[in-house]
Amino acid sequence: MAPESLTQIFLGTLLANNFVLAMFLGLCPFLGVSGKLDTAAPMGAATTFVMLVASLCAYGLNWLVVEFQLEFLRLISFIVVIASAVQLVEMFMKKYSPALFRALGIFLPLITTNCAVLGVALFQTAREYNFLQSVVFAIAAGAGFTLALVLMAGLRERLNLANVPGVVQGTALSLMLAGLLSLAFMGFAGLGAGE
Amino acid sequence: MALPGKAPPSTLDEFLEGLWRQNPVFVMVLGMCPALAVTVSAVNALAMGLATAFVLVSSALLVSLIRKMVPKEVRIATYIVIIATFVTVVDYLIAAISLELYEALGAFIQLIVVNCLILGRAEAHASKHPPLPAVTNALGMGLGFAIGLFALGSVREIFGAGKLFGVSLFGPDFQPWVVMVLPPGGFFVLGAWLLLFSWWRSRKVTRSPLPVGEG
Amino acid sequence: MNQPAPAITSSTAMIGTLALVATLCGILIVSAYQGTLPAITANKRLALERAVFEVIPGAASVAEYYASAQGIRPVDEGPAPEGAVKFYAAYDAQGAFLGVAAEAAAKGYADVVRILYAYDPVRQAVTGFGVVGMRETPGIGDKIVTDPQFLKNFEALDVRLDAEMKALANAVKVVKHGTKTRAWEIDAISGATVTCKAVGRGINDSAGRLLPMLVPHLDKLNIQS
Repeated sequence: MAPESLTQIFLGTLLANNFVLAMFLGLCPFLGVSGKLDTAAPMGAATTFVMLVASLCAYGLNWLVVEFQLEFLRLISFIVVIASAVQLVEMFMKKYSPALFRALGIFLPLITTNCAVLGVALFQTAREYNFLQSVVFAIAAGAGFTLALVLMAGLRERLNLANVPGVVQGTALSLMLAGLLSLAFMGFAGLGAGE
Repeated sequence: MALPGKAPPSTLDEFLEGLWRQNPVFVMVLGMCPALAVTVSAVNALAMGLATAFVLVSSALLVSLIRKMVPKEVRIATYIVIIATFVTVVDYLIAAISLELYEALGAFIQLIVVNCLILGRAEAHASKHPPLPAVTNALGMGLGFAIGLFALGSVREIFGAGKLFGVSLFGPDFQPWVVMVLPPGGFFVLGAWLLLFSWWRSRKVTRSPLPVGEG
Repeated sequence: MNQPAPAITSSTAMIGTLALVATLCGILIVSAYQGTLPAITANKRLALERAVFEVIPGAASVAEYYASAQGIRPVDEGPAPEGAVKFYAAYDAQGAFLGVAAEAAAKGYADVVRILYAYDPVRQAVTGFGVVGMRETPGIGDKIVTDPQFLKNFEALDVRLDAEMKALANAVKVVKHGTKTRAWEIDAISGATVTCKAVGRGINDSAGRLLPMLVPHLDKLNIQS
């Protein structure tokens, strides 16, 4: 069992070990979708949701492969089952809650094989989290992803008004911004590490 | 990319495309997610780059071999299964070669599976070409990726620890820039490399009267 | 797809292809697993020995054990019993029992700090530790393995059990730099207190769990199995 309390997992994953800013997971959507605040928030919500699904799947699957001593099938089963589960949830959502589907649906296919989603599944396994810890970890990872996305979108919206030299524009500038944001988030290290 | 009406690109062209013109790290900024985190030292970066290249090449070969018999509806699923297989293989190989390296890379080896570069190349190139060009192209891309990661990792190690491949460069008086081996350093170094490349290309564009195509 | 395509692929063909690919991949994975297994096992063994030899000087061989409420037994005698703690018994070149090493982990500054510590049954003390894995700030948190004053804490850190042999007689405690007065206290490095506290807390939790199950059976370890 992992020696961390639920609060430590939550705070650590949300801030100090933020998936995007400290672990570089989910960079593709982070750089791609963080242009506007309006898309950043729903994208974050959809990712959180998929992470939760992935975390539950991974917990069940991990139990299964350990029980039958098939550890070498872990990765392949994770990715296939998570992708299918997300698609299944998408279909259900389309049928029973079209409003929710309209809000989140367009992002779901994009997220299915996002590194951050598989990251949740792999890290919770590597750290031997129990069921409750896994759920908290997934929620915190999603919230952290959303936070980073929203902050970045805010920064980039402001930056649109600034006069930036042509050479710097584009990905290079976004990466520098992300670096500064990441530097700021380093200040959260040590949070919840007390007694 | 082969343009319609033109002769198919030569093998050398296929190889050079990924290595330089479409370098996945510096030009396309693809597949950085699972890779940036481990580029704290030159060795780790090189290992990660080579592991990715291995997966890229082997999956390109297999995808290209079976390209005619896979129905298009299950195309992506097939590719994902193939990629996941080779990632699992590489995971075991690294553990067998050096446990130390395996522990330094941790879960990030398995995250190669979701590297957008690999699925992207399988779908856009390997599934449409015979094995030889597919493999050459993948080899170029893979090496380009490995070189890109190495460039990141060595800069971070040189500034962050004053070493390269664990060999001290500046003597004992060097005060390491700790931030370089911390996460922000990854963003800064990649940003700086991209800046350098876009500056270099913008110079080329203003100099040559001919329009330079994308990439 | 919405409109019927002119030549729709039959489900049988799809399932057939997927099954074929899956079989192929299955063969690949299993052969890679089987092929690398001996090398990986040997590597793990080597890494473990290196780590244990580092914290227990003079050790020449290592045996893996589980300690549980039912006593202790070698790891390769079957799966871990409920609530078991793994530990390693170290022997010198002549086969004489030297001491025990076990893993401990606690949340540090950036992430979980994992260490391997050595327990000397004669002195009933922790006599050294090595870091297994951590992501603490380079130059600050990683002083725990280089700072000579901090390492001095582990010449003999008192982890005696109480009279009932149910818990540590005195909890291992990390105190502010320069205020260590008792044998079960750890003098923290100023500026890296959080990481030091993680080491202390890890040892306290791990030893508190392991030692009550291990100490009554220590004599079993005297003969190298």
